Amino acid sequence: MGTFEYQVVAGLLFLIGAAGVLIRRNLIVVFMSIEMMLNAANLSLVAFSRQWGNLDGQVLVFMVIVVAAVEVAVGLAILISLIRNRDSVNVEDATLLKW
Amino acid sequence: MSVEQALFYSFGGLTLLSALGVLINVRNTVNAALCLVVTMVSLAGLFILLHAEFIGILQVLVYAGAIVVLFVFVIMLLNLRSTSLGAEHQPVMKLLGAGLLAMAAVKLATLLGADRRSPADVAPEFGTVADVAAVLYTDYLLAVEAAGVLLLAGIVAAVVLAKRELD
Repeated sequence: MGTFEYQVVAGLLFLIGAAGVLIRRNLIVVFMSIEMMLNAANLSLVAFSRQWGNLDGQVLVFMVIVVAAVEVAVGLAILISLIRNRDSVNVEDATLLKW
Repeated sequence: MSVEQALFYSFGGLTLLSALGVLINVRNTVNAALCLVVTMVSLAGLFILLHAEFIGILQVLVYAGAIVVLFVFVIMLLNLRSTSLGAEHQPVMKLLGAGLLAMAAVKLATLLGADRRSPADVAPEFGTVADVAAVLYTDYLLAVEAAGVLLLAGIVAAVVLAKRELD
């Protein structure tokens, strides 16, 4: 299988994640979709790393996974405090900073 | 069809189908989280097909093992099973979505036109733990240390944010 097929899968996964962020109103699902987009970028990086036989892409994926783990921990903490204050997971209820 | 092709199509198809499952699972958030586990594990399969064993194992350990479990914990902790939120209908979102689709179509067209070189020949140990670690702890040592500091900051921030009252 060539790099092209992997890039197509990565692109489709990114599109599905972006669609999730755009159309879903449940904050937790929006969060999961962001994770999916990060994973699509990871797949693309690993495929190109294989294409050139260069490990730098895999090192970058390692860093992305570290940042994703931190992001989920902090994001879910924000989510918990949001639900305590607003009692809802609907993104449209978090409008305190909306102009 | 070779074994590699069969594995690629099954893992790739499973990845995309379960990703769609996360998207269309409107009623139950726990089901969406379980679909996300399937996505992560089949992506790990794709990584291992691409000679990235270390990243594949990391994907299972960190994404399927830690991140999705954290999601499930939060869903169950907040008892959100009955919240059903349908799709959103906002013109701005539709516009953004249409723009994204157009960009993807253009990108795909350029990708189809590009010449497809076969991947480079790599040594059998390419992407193993030892191979990646040799690069991580020499060329990228500073980045690894920074990642450690970031993880510590993240843990502290999560505890501060999620705590009911700070003493």
